[in-house]
Amino acid sequence: MAGLQIPMEHVLMLAGLLFSCGLLGLMLRRNIIFMLMSLEVMLNASALAFVAAGARWGQADGQIIFLLILSVAAAEVAVGLGLVLQIQRRFKTLDMDQARRLRG
Amino acid sequence: MMEVLFYIASAVALLATGLALTRANAAHALIYLIVSLLAVAVLFFLMGAPFAAALEIVIYAGAIMVLFVFVIMMLNVGQAGVAQEREWLRGRSWIVPGIMAALLLLELILALQHAPAVTSGSMVSPKEVGLTLFGPYVLAVEIASMLLLSGLVGAYHLGRRFIVRREGRR
Repeated sequence: MAGLQIPMEHVLMLAGLLFSCGLLGLMLRRNIIFMLMSLEVMLNASALAFVAAGARWGQADGQIIFLLILSVAAAEVAVGLGLVLQIQRRFKTLDMDQARRLRG
Repeated sequence: MMEVLFYIASAVALLATGLALTRANAAHALIYLIVSLLAVAVLFFLMGAPFAAALEIVIYAGAIMVLFVFVIMMLNVGQAGVAQEREWLRGRSWIVPGIMAALLLLELILALQHAPAVTSGSMVSPKEVGLTLFGPYVLAVEIASMLLLSGLVGAYHLGRRFIVRREGRR
């Protein structure tokens, strides 16, 4: 299958909608696990915009930026989930409002 | 005709993302998030990027989400956590974030109005992606490897103290 001819503004609008969903979730939730999930959604939406731009011109560059976003997401999740374990051990809660002092 | 597939997959992605970010139970939210990522992988495939679609499934829906599953299992939040989450989600906390996100989305949509274009309809093969990745973008590969190494060191540092203190307490 060669790929479809889809209006760019529809793809970009979908990416914008997904990004705003992630942004809303990030501002709304207080649980750090849900905040990390919202960050994943936002990174994924921007990756969608990059792949769409690559498909617009039929070039590989968009997919390469997608690969870089993927590695950023992987590193961010690894460090973030390590922090989640530390916060849960230290404060006995996942509420981000409890973890506001730099020195636990 | 095949364009309908694109819109169905977009609707699934949006719906699953919205459901994922409003669940009180973290495990349920994670499953919805995986559905959303699979729908985005379908979008990538339909736009002619099969390599990106495969990586989306293998790394995003596979590796990263499994990491989330493990952490949720380790934390073992349980029924009390779900009830507290439901309490936090209720009522007026929605208003200000909702207005701000909606305003930003509105601006984005208005800015996109004057961009009439269509995706090319040609497939970018994995071979082409690989040749470009290790040709002009080889410096980006090196930077990504350093980023992943720093992520590995950071995660090991944070997780090691967790494990050592747990054992010391027993």
